[in-house]
Amino acid sequence: MRERERELVNYEKILLKNMETPGYTGDLAAYERAGGYRAIRKVLKEYKPEQVIEIVKKSGLRGRGGAGFPTGTKWGFIPKDPTLTKYLCVNADESEPGTFKDRQLIDRDPHQMLEGTLIAAYAIGAKVVYIYIRGEFALGAKILERAIAEARAKGYIGKDVFGSGIGIEIWVHRGAGAYICGEETALLESIEGKRGLPRAKPPFPAINGLYQKPTVVNNVETVSNLPHIINRGPEWYAAIGTPKSPGMRIFSVGGHVKRPGNYEVPLGISLRELIDEHAGGVRDGHRIKAIIPGGASAAFFTPEHLDVKLDFESIAQAGSMLGSGGVTVMDETTCMVWAAYNLLGFFHHESCGKCTPCREGSAWLYHILERIEHGEGRPEDLAQLERLCGNIAGKTVCAFGDAEVAPILSTLKHFRDEYEAHIREHRCPIGDGVAALAAR
Amino acid sequence: MRPYEGECLMLSESAKSRIVDLFPRYPDKHSVMLAALRVAQEERGYVTEEAMGEIAVLLEQTPVQVYETATFYTMFSLQPLGKHVIQVCRTLSCALVGADGLVRYLEQTLGIKAGETTPDGLFSLKTVECLAACGAGPMMQINDDYYEYLTGEKIDRILADLRREGRSPLASGPFLIPLLISSPP
Ligand SMILES: Cc1cc2nc3c(=O)[nH]c(=O)nc-3n(C[C@H](O)[C@H](O)[C@H](O)COP(=O)(O)O)c2cc1C
Ligand code: FES
Repeated sequence: MRERERELVNYEKILLKNMETPGYTGDLAAYERAGGYRAIRKVLKEYKPEQVIEIVKKSGLRGRGGAGFPTGTKWGFIPKDPTLTKYLCVNADESEPGTFKDRQLIDRDPHQMLEGTLIAAYAIGAKVVYIYIRGEFALGAKILERAIAEARAKGYIGKDVFGSGIGIEIWVHRGAGAYICGEETALLESIEGKRGLPRAKPPFPAINGLYQKPTVVNNVETVSNLPHIINRGPEWYAAIGTPKSPGMRIFSVGGHVKRPGNYEVPLGISLRELIDEHAGGVRDGHRIKAIIPGGASAAFFTPEHLDVKLDFESIAQAGSMLGSGGVTVMDETTCMVWAAYNLLGFFHHESCGKCTPCREGSAWLYHILERIEHGEGRPEDLAQLERLCGNIAGKTVCAFGDAEVAPILSTLKHFRDEYEAHIREHRCPIGDGVAALAAR
Repeated sequence: MRPYEGECLMLSESAKSRIVDLFPRYPDKHSVMLAALRVAQEERGYVTEEAMGEIAVLLEQTPVQVYETATFYTMFSLQPLGKHVIQVCRTLSCALVGADGLVRYLEQTLGIKAGETTPDGLFSLKTVECLAACGAGPMMQINDDYYEYLTGEKIDRILADLRREGRSPLASGPFLIPLLISSPP
């Protein structure tokens, strides 16, 4: 009985609720009619910043940008000294292949995200916030600018937020096409007007971030959760999902499924449930061959992993990561060497060039995969790939290095025979990996 | 598309004021760099050397600091491009549902290869990495607009619209996917 109750509570949508209501427009009036901007009013009236941090710690909320770091703990690292300038940056760079949830949160419910942003800014004492949105999201930037203007006109953003005497400015900062700018320190460099080259850590942004000031970087989905945690209490939030990975999570499901889309589910449901029940299952007449569970930086899974639970711990234990929540499903028509080659095309293109192992290594990995896929692989290539991967992972300033080897090492582990067949037969035994374009 | 002899490649006064208007948002002028380059690109369709020089003066940077930033980001072009820049996502999720076929179709229809511009200067075609539309692929971005769930027929209509009107009503609006929400199991 308790199990059943828990399940029902779990499946109530939180972040996607408004936008999935027919007729919801996402403007300020619509958001307020749906109960919006109550949480920030309550925060300003009833809580000190430290209390907000305590509430978020108690909720167990973990960052949705990729690493899953506890949000309240991250905020707690910001020095309390009131004379220091602090910054909040909202990470709306969304460029991890396979992920498309932040775009929907921005386009369809911008005020939910802005209210969460105000709560986070208040908690850490930031008077200026930059929303770093990827350059290609021209529509999203326009929607956010419009929403900010609406909120500013009402006195919700600006010099005197809700008449509290506290000033919080929010600016949209558009990127210009570079995956690496999603990495938090590259993001800071990019706001400062430079090339997006990650900084060595420590010092961490909480101490020395934007303009050398204490800074928090939080993902769009992370901040969108905050109004709900305030309104309904941290205990309510902590009871959803699993004890260590509480809350709901939006998974972006794509690839060979019948109903690709964004699905908000409690953390801890199985990969099978997400794919079969929510995304409609693999396309008719086909079966699943491989799944990437958390964006292109996450290791490939096989159908044997379908019962793995989608929470931070279970997925890590099974050898991959929850990452960005981008789930890509591939059926038996997909060549695994081609898939790894495609992704290394991405990593090779996006390596920022700062660290030698990553810059040079990504080119080597890409070219070796290219020749294997095109039937020109050599028997020694597989050992060479493994050696290269071992010299990249953990040897770079940021986690990009670990990310770029994940597709290779995991496909080599689960589908080594496929690599060997390419080399032995001097061709791709699956096909050229090219899906035709539908006529209509 | 070479700019014609004597064409002014400097920033216009209105472009300069758009850049200067952003200064109050940041504690230093350097931070306006990406926005300034975007303004320059919007004005001429690409970032000219003259504009980079002027941005350097406005932002109190050296010209090479402007150049080094401009060349890092894929959305800035230092060469003239077609009026409509078609960018097809080639990354995995899109490739699984026909991105390569989409590129071939566009290459045939436009009579150019990816990386090239049509002789009339109307279209440039390139492939790019994931644009966060993976569930709605195959897809492409043309200038500011996304076009998703592409088929051969839809592409023909989009290109015809662009030739005729300069824009197409088939561009995506605010993103929501899947569009028809069925109740969870
Ligand atoms: C190569 C790389 C790319 C990243 N891209 C993104 C991104 O597009 N969006 C994002 O929110 N986080 C991204 N991250 C994670 C950020 O560095 C950071 O951890 C996150 O924004 C923190 O927010 P959170 O604590 O709310 O998750 C990326 C990390 C790396 C190493
Ligand atoms: S893979 Fe094409 S938009 Fe993400």
